[in-house]
Amino acid sequence: MGHSLHLTVDGQEHTLVVDSRTTLLDALRDRLGVMSAKKGCDHGQCGACTVLVDGRRLNSCLALALTHDGAEVTTADGLAPEGELSTLHRAFLALDAFQCGYCTPGQVCSAAGMLAEAADDAPSVVTEDLEGPVELSEEEIRERMSGNLCRCGAYVNIVAAVSRAAEESR
Amino acid sequence: MSDLLTTTSVGTHQVRLDGPDKVRGRAPYAYEHPLTDPLYLYPLQAEIARGRAAHIDASAAEAAEGVVYVLTADNAPELASTDDGELAILRSAEIGFRGQYLGAVIATTPEQARHAAELVDITYDQDDHDVELREDHPAAREPESGSGDVRTGDVDTALAEAAVSIDERYSTPMEHNNPMEPHTTVARWDGDSLTLWTSTQGVHPARSTLAPVLGVEQEKIRIISPHVGGGFGSKGLPHADMMLTALAAQAVPGRPVKYAVTRQQMFSITGYRAPTLQHIRLGARADGTLTAFAYDAISMSSQTKEFPEESTKPGRMMYAGDNRRLTQRVVPLDVPVPSWMRAPGEAPGMVGLEIAMDELAVAAGLDPIELRVRNDPTTDPDTGLPFNQRRLVDCLREGADRFGWEKRNPQPRTRQENGWFIGMGVASATYPAGRQPGSVARIRRTPEGFEVSIGAADLGTGTWTVLSQTAADALGVPIGQVDLRIGDTALPNATVAGGSTGLASWSTAIVSAAQELRSEHGADPAIGAEAQGEAEANPAAEKFALHSFGAHFAEVRIQPTTGEIRLDRMFGMFSAGQIVNPSTARSQLIGGMTMGVGMALHEKGELDPRFGHVVNHDLAEYHVPVNADITDIEADWLDEKDPHAGPLGARGVGEIGIVGAAAAIANAAFNATGVRVRDLPIFGDAFLPT
Repeated sequence: MGHSLHLTVDGQEHTLVVDSRTTLLDALRDRLGVMSAKKGCDHGQCGACTVLVDGRRLNSCLALALTHDGAEVTTADGLAPEGELSTLHRAFLALDAFQCGYCTPGQVCSAAGMLAEAADDAPSVVTEDLEGPVELSEEEIRERMSGNLCRCGAYVNIVAAVSRAAEESR
Repeated sequence: MSDLLTTTSVGTHQVRLDGPDKVRGRAPYAYEHPLTDPLYLYPLQAEIARGRAAHIDASAAEAAEGVVYVLTADNAPELASTDDGELAILRSAEIGFRGQYLGAVIATTPEQARHAAELVDITYDQDDHDVELREDHPAAREPESGSGDVRTGDVDTALAEAAVSIDERYSTPMEHNNPMEPHTTVARWDGDSLTLWTSTQGVHPARSTLAPVLGVEQEKIRIISPHVGGGFGSKGLPHADMMLTALAAQAVPGRPVKYAVTRQQMFSITGYRAPTLQHIRLGARADGTLTAFAYDAISMSSQTKEFPEESTKPGRMMYAGDNRRLTQRVVPLDVPVPSWMRAPGEAPGMVGLEIAMDELAVAAGLDPIELRVRNDPTTDPDTGLPFNQRRLVDCLREGADRFGWEKRNPQPRTRQENGWFIGMGVASATYPAGRQPGSVARIRRTPEGFEVSIGAADLGTGTWTVLSQTAADALGVPIGQVDLRIGDTALPNATVAGGSTGLASWSTAIVSAAQELRSEHGADPAIGAEAQGEAEANPAAEKFALHSFGAHFAEVRIQPTTGEIRLDRMFGMFSAGQIVNPSTARSQLIGGMTMGVGMALHEKGELDPRFGHVVNHDLAEYHVPVNADITDIEADWLDEKDPHAGPLGARGVGEIGIVGAAAAIANAAFNATGVRVRDLPIFGDAFLPT
């Protein structure tokens, strides 16, 4: 019961045939061998599978692959060219914003998506002024990154890293 | 006292060597090694807590699209040993807990395997089960694998005669490790050889545990695990998922079979911290010095395999008192098998003990730090040995200064801001400084530098980095000349990454190998020259009680109308010997404290007495701290080297960060509100009027 699907993943084009039950995450990992997106819960509860789909952050375990035919998917591995690191990557590395590293690609993608949302002045539940520009305070970063669990407990360093990346990319 | 290594790289900040790959998601975890033509496994699990799987009809599953094989007790290979009740799976129809493996489906795609597993029809003979832990349970008994009771003097008389005393009961719940990477095994048989790509805290210990159960010589099994997505103890001992995958793969020789345990399955398969009940009685003179110390504890265990969560462990060595009694019992129930979770014994034990000490301080009218200072023993109350470095008091005093403890009002319910009550609490931390014998390192001179091989594990602990730093200093070369290899049984034997023993054990082997290389091949060995070194048991363990210590300080705010509790800030001061890499050590300590916040405020597995399963078996309902829960946590350490810990003078820091953290928060909550919470986790209803 296969269906044809076209995806662009980290700049590479793929045409593949998938089961209608296949999630976007399983299409990446089991069909395309793209392992940067991680499976932590398969229920959209931990954020380890976060990727950018057409620029927006998304839990790829909650998306059926066939509903994203033609989409452009970016994983943490696609945020910088081969042999280089992005501003976010470098901040995570320098500030030790991870330990085991399993949630990290999801954190990085989530942060990339979140920085774009903040740049668009999209408010969060802790934003005081719903109409004005978003200032990425530590409280804002904590709130906006709370969909990505880290059991190693690297949160204080994740906030510092996202904060630094936000300043550098301003 | 051993000779301490001269350090250049050790003790300095070093960015994680595995970091560039990890931030991009390129470091391969167990599921992610590129393998040809894999098959996918989905398990069959018992839906009753006790009884038998009387009949399993797999015909519909076998006929389903993509299904290659269905494994059950009816066709499972014989096991060579059934001594380990957890690993001896599929040997009969008997069911010992809900969620127990009854078989597995292997199919061409994961979707097909999962669908076919639903088609397997299992008929049960159900017996009554018992999954409820209680203090007066008739099945309570001394554990077979425990540390034994302590009885010194006359506790009852001393309690009766004490000027101040407390007599309280404490409890800690079922807690689940929940590493972010689910336990995963990929198994492939090639003839009579088995390769496992798995997620484990010790490739060699896992192999030596599995080999006798499978009836395969150790040399025929290779285990590969270069990167581990967290473990916190749950990947320390191999669990049944590894066995299930290895057995199922026998049916499809030459093909890799992949099984990632689902988050829900982890709650019944991969171990958890057993709940504990703690009855603590303390008696003291008017000046607060202890005269009586009684600690009677019970933990839940499993009928399938015993695991004692010995919460009495830290009580044996923490404080003095002439009259002592410590008893540890287990109640084996029809529940999944408990196992290691970060600081087993110490973490739950220091909840009851450190809240009890806070209560005694109130009863004696003393500052809780002063009470601990007055009861700081000069020798280990358990063994009578002197301590290696017992710097608990230094941690308490230095931590108090750094945290601003002098601003604390000892009178509860006196500090209020914007309608929130604010309070501060303190608790001690401790963990044994262990070193395991038997790790071997091999060093070989290469054109580029030195290849250093040892089967160690990095589960986020920083092993890739700190062992490279250690090897650089042991060889007297820059870190760039070290090419470290870990996480593979093809490398020399390494002991488990557990009990905070990894660093001390593996680094001793590496330093020894470097010395051997130098003595066998001179200061500038020829390319290709190699030598091995082995870590022996720490001789200091016979002369000293070896422990790390620390002190946690917490400030919480509690909204009296809603009961909401928030952690404002937390500081931990530790004595852990030489810190090899300040970046990764700080991360581990803060990480332990963060898990301690979960222990204090969030985590509780809700075991349903009717069905015997954890109802909240996922990350939406079993709450762990999220980013918004953690505002300000900092950790620091005393500048020291432990002359009795090995050549680095370093003790591990994987566990001590969680020990005492929850008690500091509970004690802060008392200081804020005057409400004493003795049962974790602390939920808001504790602070609402009854």
